[in-house]
Amino acid sequence: MPKDSGIGASTKRVEDQRFLTGKGRYTSDINLVNQTHAVFLRSDVAHGAIKSIDTAAAAAMPGVLAIFTGEDFAEVGGNPAGWAITSRDGEPMKEPKRPVLAHGKVRHVGDAYAAVIAETVEQARDAADAIVAEIEELPAVVDMSAALAGGPFVHDEIETNQCFDWGWIEDNRAATDAAIKNAPHVTTLELINNRLVPNAIETRASTADYDPGTGEYTLYTTSQNPHLTRLLISAFVMGIAENKLRVVSPDVGGGFGSKIYHYGEEALVLAASKKLCRPVKWTATRSESFLTDAHGRDHVTKIELACEKDGTFIAFRTDTMANVGAYLSNFSTATPTFLHGTLMAGNYTVPHVYVNVKTVFTNTAPVDAYRGAGRPEATFSIERVIDKCAHELGLDAMEMRRKNFIKPEQFPYVSAAGLEYDTGNYDALVDKLNELADFKGFEARRKLSEADGKLRGLGINAYIEACGLAPSNLTGVLGSRVGYYDAATVRVNATGNLSVMVGAQSTGQGHETAFAQVVSEMLGIDQSSIDIVHGDTAKIPFGMGSYGSRSIAVCGPAVVRATEKIINKATKIAAHMLETAEADIEFKDGQFSVAGTDKSVSFGEVAFKAYVPQNYPVEDLEPGLEETAFYDPGNFTYPSGAYACEVEVDPETGKVTVENFTAVDDFGNVINPMIVTGQVHGGIGQGIGQALLENCAYDDNGQLLSASYMDYAMPRASDLPFYTVDHSCNTPCTHNPLGVKGCGEAGAIGSPPTIVNAVINALHSAGHTHVTHIDMPVSPARVWAAINAQ
Amino acid sequence: MYNFEFVKPSSISEAVTALTDEEATPLSGGQTLLPTMKQRLANPEKLVSLAGIAEMQGVTEADGMVHIGAATTHATVAAKAQSYPGLAKLAAHIGDPAVRNRGTIGGSLANNDPAACYPAAALASNATIVTDSREIAADDYFQGMFSTALGEGEIVTAVRFPVPQVSNYQKFEQPASRFALVGVFVAKYADGVRVAVTGASEDGVFRWSEAEAALESNFSADALANLTVSAQDMIEDLHGSKAYRANLVKVLTGRAVKAAN
Repeated sequence: MPKDSGIGASTKRVEDQRFLTGKGRYTSDINLVNQTHAVFLRSDVAHGAIKSIDTAAAAAMPGVLAIFTGEDFAEVGGNPAGWAITSRDGEPMKEPKRPVLAHGKVRHVGDAYAAVIAETVEQARDAADAIVAEIEELPAVVDMSAALAGGPFVHDEIETNQCFDWGWIEDNRAATDAAIKNAPHVTTLELINNRLVPNAIETRASTADYDPGTGEYTLYTTSQNPHLTRLLISAFVMGIAENKLRVVSPDVGGGFGSKIYHYGEEALVLAASKKLCRPVKWTATRSESFLTDAHGRDHVTKIELACEKDGTFIAFRTDTMANVGAYLSNFSTATPTFLHGTLMAGNYTVPHVYVNVKTVFTNTAPVDAYRGAGRPEATFSIERVIDKCAHELGLDAMEMRRKNFIKPEQFPYVSAAGLEYDTGNYDALVDKLNELADFKGFEARRKLSEADGKLRGLGINAYIEACGLAPSNLTGVLGSRVGYYDAATVRVNATGNLSVMVGAQSTGQGHETAFAQVVSEMLGIDQSSIDIVHGDTAKIPFGMGSYGSRSIAVCGPAVVRATEKIINKATKIAAHMLETAEADIEFKDGQFSVAGTDKSVSFGEVAFKAYVPQNYPVEDLEPGLEETAFYDPGNFTYPSGAYACEVEVDPETGKVTVENFTAVDDFGNVINPMIVTGQVHGGIGQGIGQALLENCAYDDNGQLLSASYMDYAMPRASDLPFYTVDHSCNTPCTHNPLGVKGCGEAGAIGSPPTIVNAVINALHSAGHTHVTHIDMPVSPARVWAAINAQ
Repeated sequence: MYNFEFVKPSSISEAVTALTDEEATPLSGGQTLLPTMKQRLANPEKLVSLAGIAEMQGVTEADGMVHIGAATTHATVAAKAQSYPGLAKLAAHIGDPAVRNRGTIGGSLANNDPAACYPAAALASNATIVTDSREIAADDYFQGMFSTALGEGEIVTAVRFPVPQVSNYQKFEQPASRFALVGVFVAKYADGVRVAVTGASEDGVFRWSEAEAALESNFSADALANLTVSAQDMIEDLHGSKAYRANLVKVLTGRAVKAAN
C-alpha cells in the first residue's frame, strides 16, 4: 500500500495550483512605485575595439534619466570565477576581468557596452538606438583549435587564448599512456559535445530598489541561489556590504544552470538605482537570452579506450578542449574539470584514467554549467566509445559493460579518477532494464520497422554522476573559492504550524512539497501545516541554492538536522509539561507520551507552551521553538542508472524518431516518487533535445546563427516518446541522514549517449557499418549525409 | 516596436486608397510583419489592416473551382475548402493553432517566404492570384524569394484554385521553425500533372518539370526513379546542405504521388 503522506508518498505538488492557474509571481511580475526601466546596448560584432561612445543625443531624449558605459564601472570589481584551476605546469589559470559593462573591447555578440535608464522601456530603447558608438571590428576567433593556434586574442594579455591546461590525475598520466601503448586493443573516438542554449521559459530579469533612507539595496532577480548572488556582488563586484543588500528570488521559471551565475545586468540596475534613488527594472528579451545567458557544453574530445580482446577495460584517456567563451562565468572553470574529469572512470573497474582538458577563450558568449554540467560530457564520451569498442571487438555492448562494472560488494570503491563511490548496484539496474525494456522483443519490433521501410536501433547506456555538491573540505582542496553546505531553519509557530526556511532555491522542482514531506514525516504534522520558505536572503539562512542535484541531498539533511533539534527541544518541554524525565518521553505521530502510560501532550500544545512560557523552566530552557542547522556533506552522492531506447530512422530523409525510452535510476531513497519521475522525464526530454535537435551554432565571424526559435530547435511533445521510468533498485546513500542522492540531472546525463548509440545501431543493422559516429544534434541532414558518405 | 498609425478600412477600394500613402504597409494576419516590427527590424509609419474587409473573407466552391478571399485564415481554409482536400490539409498543418487562426492565405502569398506552404499549392494548381486591379496566373506571380509580381500598393484580394483530380502535399519540417525544409505539392489534372516545390531553392517556389513530364505518362512514384534533382540552386543552411534538400525534393515528390493515388 503506497503511503499517502510523508517520505515516499507521491503527494501532489502544492506549488502547482499557482503555477497552473497563472498565479505564480516571477521577478518581472513585481512592479514598484516610481520604477524606471533599463535597456542594454549590445555589441553586434563578436570582437571590436570601442573607440568612442557618444551618448549626448540619447541623453537628451524624452524620459531618459541616466546612461552608463563601461567607463562608469572601470573602478568596480570583476565578476569572478568560482574555482581557481591550476595548469599541469603549476601555473594558475588565466582570469581576465569580466566587467559590468564592456570597457575598451567588446568580446562577443551581445556583450553589453552601454545601458540607458528611462521612464519607460520604449523610451530607453529609443535612446539606446540613438547612442553613437564607434566600434572598430576586429577579427574574431570562434573555433577552439584556431584560438589555441594563435591570434586573434580575445583578451590582449592572454596570448594563447588558453585559460588553463589541466591534467587529471597528472600523476597517472605516464602509467595511462604506457597501458594504452601496450594494450591489445585501443578504440579511438573523436566527438563533439554540442553547445546548447539553456532556454529557461522565464528570461533573466532583475529589479533593484535602493532605499536612500536606510542605505539598503533590494535586488529582485531570477536566480538559483540568492545568497551566492549576494556574496558575489558584495565581496567581489560592487562592494555593497552584505548586510545592506537583500536579494529576493521569487518564483523562478526554470534555470537549468543559467541562473546560478551573477550577471552584469544585476550590478548595473543596483548602481543605477543608487544613482537615481528610484527602482530600476530590467527584463531580458528572448533575443538577449539567446545571446547572453551562459551557454552549456561545447566540448571537443578525443577519447581512447584500451582493453583486452575479451573486453576487459585497461584505460580511458581523453583530450578535451572546452569552450569558456569570452569571459569566465562563475562555474565555468569547475564544469569541464572537477565535474567532468573526476567522472571519467564511469561505473567501471578500469585501472587507468587520464584526462586532459584545455579551456579556451573565444569570441562567443560565456559557457558554463548546464543541467548535468560536465557529467553529461563525461558520460557521453565514455558510453559512446564503449559502444564503438564493443562493435570493433564483436562483443555484446551490454555484456561488455557488465564485465567491467564495479560489483556491489566492492563499495565503497575509489575509482581510477579519484572519487570514492559510496554505494551502488549497477548489475541490478541492468537486470531491471532488461525486464522493462523487453530486449527479447526487440528483434521482432525491428522487423516490423523494416517492413515499413524504417531502420530500428536499440541503444543502451550506463551512467554514474556525482551529485549533492559538495563536501567543502574536498572542493576547497580542488580550488573552489566558496563552500557548498546548505542550511535550514525550522520555525514552529505558537499555534503549531511551521515555516521552514531553506537555502535551496526552487526553479520549479517541487521543493515546497518535498521538503514539507520530510518535516511532516519527522514530526507527524500534516503537510498542509508546513510552509517552505525560500528565495529571500532576508528570510532564509545562508544556503548555497540549487544546482548539481543538490537540493534534497544537501539541503534535505539540513532540514533533517534542524527538525531533530526541534524534536530534542520539544521533548524537553514535553517532559516538563508531563512532569517526567526527558528519557521517559516517546515522540510518535505528533504526540509526546510518557512511556508505559496514557499521559501525553500534542506537538501543538508543546509549541504553544514554548511561546507562552508560563509554568516553564526559563532558567534551564529558552522559550520559543526555532532551530537552524547547516549541513556540509561528507562526500558527493553517486546516482547511477541504466537506460535503453529504440529509435526508428527513415533512411530516405535521415529523420530519427524515438519510439520508446526506458530509464532505470538509482537515486537512493526517494522522497516523492511522482516528483522524481517528473524530473527524469524533464531530463530525458532535455537530453533528447541535445541529442537530436538543439544546436547553438556561431558562424566564423562570431554571429550566432541559431539566435531564435526559428533556427534553434527545442524538443516538443511530439518529438518525445512515452517513458518507462523506474527507481525501485535503490542503494541508499550511506553518508546523509535521508539516504538520498539527487535526481535533477540524471535524465539529461543518461539520455544523449543512449539515443546516439541507438541511431548507430540502427544504421549498422542496415549494413551502414561505415558510420561509427554522428555528432549531436543527430539531425535528419546529418544522418542522411552519414548514410550516403560512402 | 516603434509607434505607427493604424487604419482598418472596410472595403478593397478604401484599402487601396489608404495604401497610396508612401509610408503605408498592408497588414493581413501579421504573422511575419508583427514579429519583425517587434524586433524593430521594420518600421512602417502606417499599417493598413485588411482584416475588416468582408469581400476578402471566406471560401466558396463552385464549378470545380475554390475561391478563397485573401484575408481568410489558414484555419478557415482547413475547415471550409473541402472540395480540395490536398489544399485543406496543407492549411491544417501550417504553423500551430495560433498561427492558423491569424495568418491568411493572401498574406502568405504576398510575402512569398521561400519556406512557406501556400506558394507550393498555388503554383502546383496554377491558381489565379486576384488583386485589386488584375488577375495573375501563379506561373507568372512567383518571382523568387520574397518577390512577386505585385506592384507598389497592389494587394492580393482573392485566390482561385482549380480543383485537381487528386493531390497531395508532403512537408518535411525544418526542426526548429517547423516551416517546410522542403515541401512538395503534387496535383493531377485532366490536362496534366504539376509538381511545385517550396523550401528548397534559392529562387523560391519552383516547378519540377522533369517530374511533371514523367508523371504525366505514369502517375506513380516509380516514374521518378531515374530522375535526379540538381543541387546547384538549392538553399544550404544550418539545417541541411544543397544535396540534402535535392534528395528531399525527390523523396517527397515520390511520397506525395503515392499518397495522392
